[in-house]
Amino acid sequence: MTADLVIEAEGLVKTFGRTRALRGVDLAVPRGSVLGVLGPNGAGKTTAVRILSTLLTPDGGTARIGGFDVVRDAERVRQSIGLTGQYASVDEDLTGRQNLELFGTLLELGRAGARRRAAELLDWFDLTDAANRPAKTYSGGMRRRLDLAASLVGSPDVIFLDEPTTGLDPAKREDMWDVVRSLVRNGSTVLLTTQYLEEADALADAITVIDHGRVIAHDTPDGLKRVVGGQTLEVRPADPAHLPRTAEILTRVGSGGQADEIRKGVLAVPVTDDTALTESVARFATAGIAVTELSLHLPSLDEVFFTLTGRTASDDDTTRPTEVAA
Amino acid sequence: MSTVIDAAPTSGRGLTSSVPNPRPFRLVRHSLALAKRSLIKTWRTPEALIDVTLQPVLFLIIFVYVFGGAVAGSTHDYLQFLLPGILVQTIATGAIAIGVNLNTDIAKGIFDRFRSMPIPRSAPLLGAVLGDVVRYVIVSVTTLAIGYLMGFRIDTDLFRAVAGCLLAVLFALCLSWLPVYVSMKVRTPGAVQGVMFALIMPLSFASNVFVAADTLPGWMRAFVDVNPMTHLVASVRGLFLGTPLNSHVWWTLAWCAGFVAVFMPLALRAYRRKI
Repeated sequence: MTADLVIEAEGLVKTFGRTRALRGVDLAVPRGSVLGVLGPNGAGKTTAVRILSTLLTPDGGTARIGGFDVVRDAERVRQSIGLTGQYASVDEDLTGRQNLELFGTLLELGRAGARRRAAELLDWFDLTDAANRPAKTYSGGMRRRLDLAASLVGSPDVIFLDEPTTGLDPAKREDMWDVVRSLVRNGSTVLLTTQYLEEADALADAITVIDHGRVIAHDTPDGLKRVVGGQTLEVRPADPAHLPRTAEILTRVGSGGQADEIRKGVLAVPVTDDTALTESVARFATAGIAVTELSLHLPSLDEVFFTLTGRTASDDDTTRPTEVAA
Repeated sequence: MSTVIDAAPTSGRGLTSSVPNPRPFRLVRHSLALAKRSLIKTWRTPEALIDVTLQPVLFLIIFVYVFGGAVAGSTHDYLQFLLPGILVQTIATGAIAIGVNLNTDIAKGIFDRFRSMPIPRSAPLLGAVLGDVVRYVIVSVTTLAIGYLMGFRIDTDLFRAVAGCLLAVLFALCLSWLPVYVSMKVRTPGAVQGVMFALIMPLSFASNVFVAADTLPGWMRAFVDVNPMTHLVASVRGLFLGTPLNSHVWWTLAWCAGFVAVFMPLALRAYRRKI
């Protein structure tokens, strides 16, 4: 056991009936860092998180949180973790405040301590105005914040975030990212599952890609992007007649590839240089080409999977495990 | 969220700290905190109280005024006889709701949250059972209140009347481990309701709830005489009206102990397996 690994899993196996959800997954997260676990629906992400957070017992392999075994020392593990996912949630009939105070009481903060901690978290998550409304009246973004606040009541060292932004609009997603970043600044260790490379890239120090219950890649975000290809610059010229000249410019600012028309009227080129966006804007201006769309994209999960496995994430086969998120 | 503060508020619990000071009576305190959660939920959905408020009222009115004359010769005599029975029947059917609620609740996220916390695994279940005591008290109060309006009178004293109500509440509390167990074993809330009615209905009709047991045919008497509801009704009748108690209170307490001894461990085991 390496001293500063807070989360470590070796060879995790979990089978549900005939479905093999995990077939030997290793995970390692050093203290104070963020691991992004990237994978499509059904890859086994949620099963892994449920094992690490003591909700499920693995059929094989071992996992330790802060050195404590998730099966033998489950009670000690529970003292140091916070779990946020669509299954580990709050009581919808209770208000935001009542939920947080209940968790505080259960975590032995005492009556006054629970009240103080709830007020603190409500304030921090901008939920003070909604604090006395039942959680079922909250909007999607507010609910995610309350779920996350609920997992932070005990100031856990280790935080599991299972797809924290799935279903949130982009602005709400950025808010959630800010929260995660500030948690890490405070020394928390975070394991985050996501279906978006962009999210893993924005938050994680390392990314583990899993598919069909197996780890298929583990790298830093930069390392992974080098393998799967960096960003793509997409441009839609206002006048379709400018497409050929736009393509010429894009090919020049791109990282070597030819600009392709990926959708009708939209050209794309792979880029690696951070200045590609500004440079292309300057060149379009000089050439007198008006553009209506200009954007940088990381590869989608589908593209990542295609590069890593030679097939798309949505390809199905009979051995595909279905994610069990009971 | 645009003003996310840099420092997340912390209060220093963590891996490095030793075992948190083991405060005493953890299970009791956690169960009570979780019972409060049930109370808040009940308070927020008053329509969930229909079975413990409207039902005894309707049953009293219908049975007293429809059957009173035929069964007892006068509606007042029948009211005196019937009220303890209706109280017991309502409190027993009122215990079904916890099974229905748990069956719905457990599939939701909150129970997984509880399981990821350092609290006794059985605390959420115990809390839910304890929280329902309030419902059973409501049954007692409602039934006695409407009874008084209709002309029912306690023939003993306040002390024994309260003892009768408490015995009924205790009975429901112990009996509720049966629906809790059933709720862990069947898939839908409707199935809990169905199974429990199939169990409670024969118990409440093949008893002394509506008619004196000695009017029943001999083969049925055998069942009626061991029926826990018979013993409870006879106890409450004795405590309210001064009729002979014999050993009914002891039999009732024995049944209470039996329900807890059998169904609480079964329910807790099924709960641990289910979630």
